[in-house]
Amino acid sequence: MMELVVFVVASAMVVGGALGVVLRRHPVHAALSLVLTLFGVAVHFVAQEAHFLAAVQVIVYAGAIVVLFLFVIMLLGVDTADNLRIDPLRIQRPLAAIVGVAIVGLMITAIVSTRDTGPLAVGEGIDVEYANVAGAPEDADQAPVGEPDANIKQLSRNLFGDHVFAFEFTSVLLIVAVAGTVVLTRRERRKGEGST
Amino acid sequence: MSALTLAWQTPEPTPTWYLILGAVVFGIGAVGVLVRRNPLVLFMCIELMLNAVNISFVALSVRNQNIDGQTAVFFVLVVAAAEVVIGLGIIVSILRRRPGSTADDLSELRG
Repeated sequence: MMELVVFVVASAMVVGGALGVVLRRHPVHAALSLVLTLFGVAVHFVAQEAHFLAAVQVIVYAGAIVVLFLFVIMLLGVDTADNLRIDPLRIQRPLAAIVGVAIVGLMITAIVSTRDTGPLAVGEGIDVEYANVAGAPEDADQAPVGEPDANIKQLSRNLFGDHVFAFEFTSVLLIVAVAGTVVLTRRERRKGEGST
Repeated sequence: MSALTLAWQTPEPTPTWYLILGAVVFGIGAVGVLVRRNPLVLFMCIELMLNAVNISFVALSVRNQNIDGQTAVFFVLVVAAAEVVIGLGIIVSILRRRPGSTADDLSELRG
């Protein structure tokens, strides 16, 4: 019962926030709706026993990315409401609605039709409490359930064992991104202008 | 009340529910990218799509009993952060030069 309530409430947060991002005219309101969605996703992660990802979701997305969005909105002074009535291409909105409905319909059809197929590549089991998932392996309850930080241990073993090269490359990616942003947004200082 | 609870079995959320939720959020984000004209809101819609994929990754990780899906979410987070940093840098430098630009005006990026 509890899981159902959590799922319904968090899904309402996620979908409501997503609709808010698309439909609110004011960019600041859209950013705050995005925060609602991200917290809902974090709740879903907790409900699926992915505790580390839930914490990282809140810290990185709600703490860093949305704050960066708000910084840019305030910095540029573009916090004026958009006029959603302007439709530059008259056929764009109906086409976008058709495309959206088609994407969602196709994906839901695929998901529902493959609902009963078994697991693709069974791992060593993860720290989840409900192993009665459709097609879950018989020995799924061999996973280290109950240990409070089993999820973080498994994730770190996987990340620093199997994926350590990718992990190192992400650090290179972040350095390149930071350097690129500094180059992009640096203002050319004219001669004689004082330092700021 | 007890007879009612006996008769009506409470459904538990399965990974299929999470996958459908991810599909719906992805569709909303895709429509937002196609419809909105403010470049900042476009970026927020891209974040929505990335989050939908994250929901699906975690759901499939639970369903397949494989921790690799959660590692993939970690990398998606890192790439999303880098992408937002670069994208917002580009948007800042464009909007500083031409305030009030919309996505339709971004063809000026062409050399």
